[in-house]
Amino acid sequence: MTLPKSKATPPLATEKKPMPWHIVFFLGPALLIYLTVSVYPLLDTLILSLYDEQQGQSSFVGLQNFVTLINDENWSTAFWNALGNNFKFFIIHMLIQNPIGLLLAVLLSSPKLRFSSSYRTFIFMPTMLSVVIIGFVWQLLLSPIWGISENLLYHLGLDQYFDAWLGKESSALITLSLISVWQFVGIPMMLIYATLLNIPDDIVDASVVDGASSMQTFWYIKLPLILPTISMVSILTFVANFNAFELIYAVKGALAGPNFSTDLMGTFFYRTFFGFQLQEGSATMGAAVATLMFLIILVGIMLFLFFVQRRIQRFQF
Amino acid sequence: MISLFKNSTQGSFQKVPKSVAIHGVLMAYTLIALFPIIVVIINAFKERRAIFRDPLALPTLDSFTLVGFEQVLLRSDFGLYSMNSLIVTLISVGLVLLLGAMAAWALTEYKFRSNLLITFLFAMGIMIPIRLGTVSILRLMVDLNLVNTLTALVLVYIAQGLPLAVYILSEFIRTIPKELKEAARCDAVSEYKIFFCIILPLLKPAMATVAVFTMIPIWNDLWFPLILAPGEETRTITLGVQQFVGQYVTDWNSVLSALTMAIVPILVLYTIFSRQLIRGLTSGAVK
Repeated sequence: MTLPKSKATPPLATEKKPMPWHIVFFLGPALLIYLTVSVYPLLDTLILSLYDEQQGQSSFVGLQNFVTLINDENWSTAFWNALGNNFKFFIIHMLIQNPIGLLLAVLLSSPKLRFSSSYRTFIFMPTMLSVVIIGFVWQLLLSPIWGISENLLYHLGLDQYFDAWLGKESSALITLSLISVWQFVGIPMMLIYATLLNIPDDIVDASVVDGASSMQTFWYIKLPLILPTISMVSILTFVANFNAFELIYAVKGALAGPNFSTDLMGTFFYRTFFGFQLQEGSATMGAAVATLMFLIILVGIMLFLFFVQRRIQRFQF
Repeated sequence: MISLFKNSTQGSFQKVPKSVAIHGVLMAYTLIALFPIIVVIINAFKERRAIFRDPLALPTLDSFTLVGFEQVLLRSDFGLYSMNSLIVTLISVGLVLLLGAMAAWALTEYKFRSNLLITFLFAMGIMIPIRLGTVSILRLMVDLNLVNTLTALVLVYIAQGLPLAVYILSEFIRTIPKELKEAARCDAVSEYKIFFCIILPLLKPAMATVAVFTMIPIWNDLWFPLILAPGEETRTITLGVQQFVGQYVTDWNSVLSALTMAIVPILVLYTIFSRQLIRGLTSGAVK
């Protein structure tokens, strides 16, 4: 993605022109919908997070909602828990999903590989399905009632390790993260694979002529060239992870059990906004959670743009 | 297959030809990717006892049954849910493509004040999820009296899909040679005609890519149907399956059948269009 770096307006013709109706016609409808349904609600949410609403009375409270979220005992435990879990969720994706995606992409791009399009199609398949469906599928597979995983582990001689992973506080979050990794590994694979295909043959050939082993060719020639893609995959993963909701909601419900151990920012936002059990839903507190999510995502994108993307040289072929 | 897998994991690259090792790893991962889906589909066609006795066996003449599917169709309105999803997805994607192409054309072709600002606003939307504005979107839909209508979903999905559409289509429009437009302008063809008769047909390949990227998240979305249109009449298939499975969680036949009915159409479509999809993904449209 390329973001404009300066805010300078483009050079304009100085003389007064008639209203450019064709521009209004082309741009108007898209802009109208985008501004009303996306930009305005987002700004409105940011503003709403500074208010408090009691019995329909709205009053400005400044940063009070955020102080409550971060400091008030009733809120802060849940908030920090969700935030911490979300970071774990993200780290597991970075450590497992992206390396596996890289490995598969490198293998797929080996020259003269037969069936490579079939492999690609099959490995990408889970990514196409709804997170909700995938959540339920794995819930069934891991269910101790059905016992299908236990049976498989038994045949591998590993059945003593079987447990109700999704049901235990200590393992539920990791299990859900791995399910998500399983589903989305196709995305890094596909993007890295595309970049690998675009590396010109002569560069690789040159290194082979110079006597580089295939490992050296990968390490010194290909890896630097796919680093921009890897960093893009990382930021995509970051945004998607801090926005995740469906998987947890499908498998664990809005309460993100057991004992909130699988709570992510998305489910925390949903509960804050709509309420649960004894706690009443609150639009303003919901807006405050959404604002924090917005800031986290924004900071992530900034860090990515300023530190990672700037240091990586872009190569043009 | 098993023997290839073992060879590759032992890392004895010297003894085994490299290509065998590569195929071994890829096959093993393909198996991991497909296994859960296959297990669910084959068990949807089996009797309850067979599901538990031997989950990995294919349905036989004895164990074959469609009782799960009958239950799903009896207890829930799957046809309606699918229809809702279809309507919402088709209208949203169609409008994203049309309005997105028009906006991309305006932003790349004409110079005007605020062009850069609008381009920047759309670019932001690629990264910032529309979900974060949910609180206000719900209020807006309540004010507009659109809660529990498919219109609400269509509006949100258009706004969600536009940023990426505008970005990809703009990139594509820049590659169209100037001569085409200039020649038309010399012949005094109107700007509208230039866009609809010359540019729009040229955008087809890029539009196919955009269509796929836009369609999948819309069809699979749970968040907005759950919040904006949870009513029985406007339920989409993803929400319908979620509610159904949640309700009948102990009825294995029904659950497996409901999941199968949600999975199979997507897999069929995916298999048909996977070539285009993968070409779109690898064409550099998303650099």
